[in-house]
Amino acid sequence: MGRQSLHALLLTSAVICILPLCSTASSNPRELLRSGIDIHNKASLRRGVRLYMNYCATCHSAKFMRFERLSEDLEMAPEVVMTDLVRFGASKLSDTIPAAIDSETAEKSFGVAPPDLTLVAKYRGIDWVYSYLMGFYKDSSAPTGYNNHLLENVAMPWVMASLQEASSEKEFSELMRDLTNFMAYMSEPVRPFRESFGKYVLGFLMILLVSVRLLKNEYWRDMNEQ
Amino acid sequence: MSLRGAASNLVNWVDYRLPIIKTWKTHMSEYYAPKNFNFWYFFGVLALVVLANQLLSGIWLTMFYVPTAEGAFNSIEYIMRDVSSGWVIRYMHEVGASFFFIVVYLHIFRGLMYGSYQRPRELIWIFGMFIYCLMMAEGFLGYVLPYGNMSYWGAKVILNLIGAIPVVGEGLQVWVQGDFAVGGATLGRFFALHVALVPLILIVGVFLHIIALHQVGSNNPEGIEIKAHLDADGNPLDGIPFHPYYTVSDLTPVVVFLILFFACIFYFPGGGGYFIEPPNYLPADQLSTPDHIAPVWYFAPFYAMLRSVTLDVLGLDAKAWGLLIVSGAMVTLFLLPWLDKSAVKSIRYKGWVSKVMLLLFAISFVSLGILGAKPADWAPTWVAPGFTMVYFAYFLAMPVYTRLEKTKIVPSRIGESSG
Repeated sequence: MGRQSLHALLLTSAVICILPLCSTASSNPRELLRSGIDIHNKASLRRGVRLYMNYCATCHSAKFMRFERLSEDLEMAPEVVMTDLVRFGASKLSDTIPAAIDSETAEKSFGVAPPDLTLVAKYRGIDWVYSYLMGFYKDSSAPTGYNNHLLENVAMPWVMASLQEASSEKEFSELMRDLTNFMAYMSEPVRPFRESFGKYVLGFLMILLVSVRLLKNEYWRDMNEQ
Repeated sequence: MSLRGAASNLVNWVDYRLPIIKTWKTHMSEYYAPKNFNFWYFFGVLALVVLANQLLSGIWLTMFYVPTAEGAFNSIEYIMRDVSSGWVIRYMHEVGASFFFIVVYLHIFRGLMYGSYQRPRELIWIFGMFIYCLMMAEGFLGYVLPYGNMSYWGAKVILNLIGAIPVVGEGLQVWVQGDFAVGGATLGRFFALHVALVPLILIVGVFLHIIALHQVGSNNPEGIEIKAHLDADGNPLDGIPFHPYYTVSDLTPVVVFLILFFACIFYFPGGGGYFIEPPNYLPADQLSTPDHIAPVWYFAPFYAMLRSVTLDVLGLDAKAWGLLIVSGAMVTLFLLPWLDKSAVKSIRYKGWVSKVMLLLFAISFVSLGILGAKPADWAPTWVAPGFTMVYFAYFLAMPVYTRLEKTKIVPSRIGESSG
């Protein structure tokens, strides 16, 4: 029976392990940069949310992300969140992140309504967001003066052009990593907790595994002696 | 009176009115199962574990989910963000759906290997296939409910298939989706079917599957009928009581399963885009078709068959042919007990043709799964029809190759060498 359980464990884990391999192949990885984010790095997430509010929230809403939640998760005092982050028509900690301009005005100005960004890291992928942010380049033929490697003829004006010019390449990529990190967090705020809590659940189940195995040996002892 | 005495009195009181002791004996403590179960026999009990998980997590989700076109998508994010522990319940349900199919596919494969569908277990197989069909219906209905963009377009593709049925198709499609397009009316009825009707029938199916199994007794890797050799008390010599022996030994695979299951929930809940497809994080949008509409992985083999016909022939269009082939693939599964003419049950004693055919069948099913998950132009056009033919050949040629091949002699007792 010992050999059979091992057999079981191996086969089932093989099934689980093959899945991520398949997925990387399907998400068009050829041009994407690796974001290298650390979702457990709260300092990075705090820098990210400030960038987000200063640059992205002007046009984009994040209608599922509450200020209250990020105050708790990113360990920012509610007063700091209220004074530094809550703005653009939001007035309470329990509000979600609004956009500064309404989407109709934005659509008139840019030709498309700026999408809500709460879940962008989920439907585009984290590396996609990072690559997109790193992908803007000067292009005099484009209406805004900038174009993007990942989204050709993108309608979004490059709002961080001055920031990019004022920073070294390394500094800027760090800033975009922080921003990407925040957007990954925003797409699933429970992720840092889920990843740290999972260890305890699995640890408990490992202990349970040993005890149910010993229980089985106890019951089957007489069977094996026959 | 001692507590033990009181408990015993209560049991006697109930047993006089309801046959609880007899039921316990018939199905647990005096249900004799072959003593040689192996790894492949874990998946039945694991399927029950996932079923329980789906029912419980599902009930909790219904407390917060809103089945309307405006509310569905938002209610999922509400569950993920604002409902206390809502995220873990949602992930248990969503990862559970995929694990249900992993477990059931391995359970079905076990049946194919050891001939568990053969006489006298035809009804167990039929109930099992009935459960499998209901699971697919349940999976499809459930996938539409979050009303993400893949929910919407997936529903559209599948409901359009109904429209492909000659003559009555279009009317039937409108009747099923409740409107001229997929929308709020569709969500309402899919919700009702997903949480009430289908699970109800599914539970009846599982009940019948187990009752029929316990009536004739379990098969085993050797395909030996243990009831052919009884001891003085009339119990099978090669059997052991299900309780306590298998109840305690099954706890190990259950916990191993839970470790893998929760590892997935905590570290891999989207299944790398296979359990939740990324476009489903966008709300349903009839103006924006996803680049590549792929079904969830557990439907992929049948989706590949559906797409395998690309020509309109014999007065039917390609879509109707695809539908016919998939229906045929399902119907064939039900007929299996009468297609296998072999004198032996287990693959261990069948001839080499059966072994090769089973291997080819497994390869073709997995390959169809890969093809169905990829865009249609990912492989040359002959590949999907080729594997579809292998799928059908395994079943339809079975009466011939199982009758003609030379089989080994099955020993009469478990643990004996043959001959």
